[in-house]
Amino acid sequence: MSLTVSLPSILARLADGQRALDASGTTVGDAVADVTRRYPSLAPRLVDERGEPYPFVTYYLNDEDIRFTGGFGAAVRDGDELTIVSAVAGG
Amino acid sequence: MSPALATQSARSTVAPTLEREELLRYGRHLLLPEVAINGQRKLKASRVLIIGAGGLGSPAALYLAAAGVGTLGLVDFDIVEVTNLQRQLLHGTRDVGRPKLDSARDRIHDANPNVKLELHPTRLTSANALTIIRDYDIVIDGTDNFATRYLVNDACVLLGKPNVYGSIFRFDGQASVFATQDGPCYRCIYPEPPPPGLVPSCAEGGVLGVLPGLVGTLQATEAIKLILGIGTTLTGRLLLVNALDAQFRSVKVRRDPACPACGTRELRELADYEQFCSDVGGASAGLDAIPQIEPRELAIRRASGEAIQLIDVREPHEWEIGRIDGARLIPLHRLGGSLADIDREAPVAVYCKGGTRSALAVRDLQNAGFRRVWSVSGGILRWAREVDASVPEY
Repeated sequence: MSLTVSLPSILARLADGQRALDASGTTVGDAVADVTRRYPSLAPRLVDERGEPYPFVTYYLNDEDIRFTGGFGAAVRDGDELTIVSAVAGG
Repeated sequence: MSPALATQSARSTVAPTLEREELLRYGRHLLLPEVAINGQRKLKASRVLIIGAGGLGSPAALYLAAAGVGTLGLVDFDIVEVTNLQRQLLHGTRDVGRPKLDSARDRIHDANPNVKLELHPTRLTSANALTIIRDYDIVIDGTDNFATRYLVNDACVLLGKPNVYGSIFRFDGQASVFATQDGPCYRCIYPEPPPPGLVPSCAEGGVLGVLPGLVGTLQATEAIKLILGIGTTLTGRLLLVNALDAQFRSVKVRRDPACPACGTRELRELADYEQFCSDVGGASAGLDAIPQIEPRELAIRRASGEAIQLIDVREPHEWEIGRIDGARLIPLHRLGGSLADIDREAPVAVYCKGGTRSALAVRDLQNAGFRRVWSVSGGILRWAREVDASVPEY
């Protein structure tokens, strides 16, 4: 499956400045692994040492928080959009 | 349509009437059937607390005041700095050095003298948050650090006060409405904060000046809709603002049944949020979040007469090689025993050879209560390259 991964600006600099990346996989975890394989410096910002999502980085498959739809095991379909949102505190 | 809030005033008395001057001032509101006289009276009866008179708090406060919110509370303990002026429209050039609440009071009074201002010149803490927030109908979160954001969230959940959230970084903004009766809260999106230093602040990473204008105005809009009970609020949604690409989109936010604040409700009192936010990092975490000052900026500010204390935390043998004029040598391992020799009221710039030891020193000084303290970016080596070539590199 082919999908688009959207990065916040805080992480885009670790992907050569790109805010939208193409990725492939059958699950959200596959897609994240595909991205981190191509941009290794993104890996420690997207997943913890066990390969799981951080509690301060939220993944939305289309509009749904994946924590409520199967986590990294959630299935993806062609054309899906995975939006990654990182906690920021500026005000 | 959003249910209208039962405001503090409305609960105890009849909503206030509008004076002749107010009918004229709010005439464009009165033409909107969704607002009209009844809605304008609701606004006048409402009490909104804005936490932080900075980038987000500035537009939020100005628009809420102009809209006729009857009582605005402002919480801030900071002083206006010239670096604030790029985005914090409550404060002007002549306000540099004044308490932010003083310039906010002047500016808001000018925008609408009918607004009753309640100023809270203090840092919001676990000890005072419930007391301060309790008297308001709605809270606007315009804070600039994770610890206070979790504090504001938990206090709002405990008190049942809607928390109109906004945050910004570089070109990205986020906004939502938390802690409504059935809605999710901040912890439902971010159960834990990032380790200290992993996510830089705007002071380190920068922010487009107009971005808090966008997001703070969205927060004011949400607050007005909550007061009036009109439209569809951001409850249950997180609005993502990408200013660079002019994209706005929202994602769904669900109440997490496991959330200790609004889910299980096991959180029954406020915690130590500084501790909560520091526990998630290791011993060396946070060093890249230490405030930095560029050598050129330091040189300009000192040349302009600003009384910046300059402390060299290198070893004496390094000091002998070369130093920055006006510096004082306090090797890092002696810093803890020398705190009484450093003026807490004046700003402090700390340097070493390349920036690592000075970052450790700044963290120690911050932990000791120093507020205006920076690590000189790149240390004396960068100073030598960019400011004073007579200082030897080694």
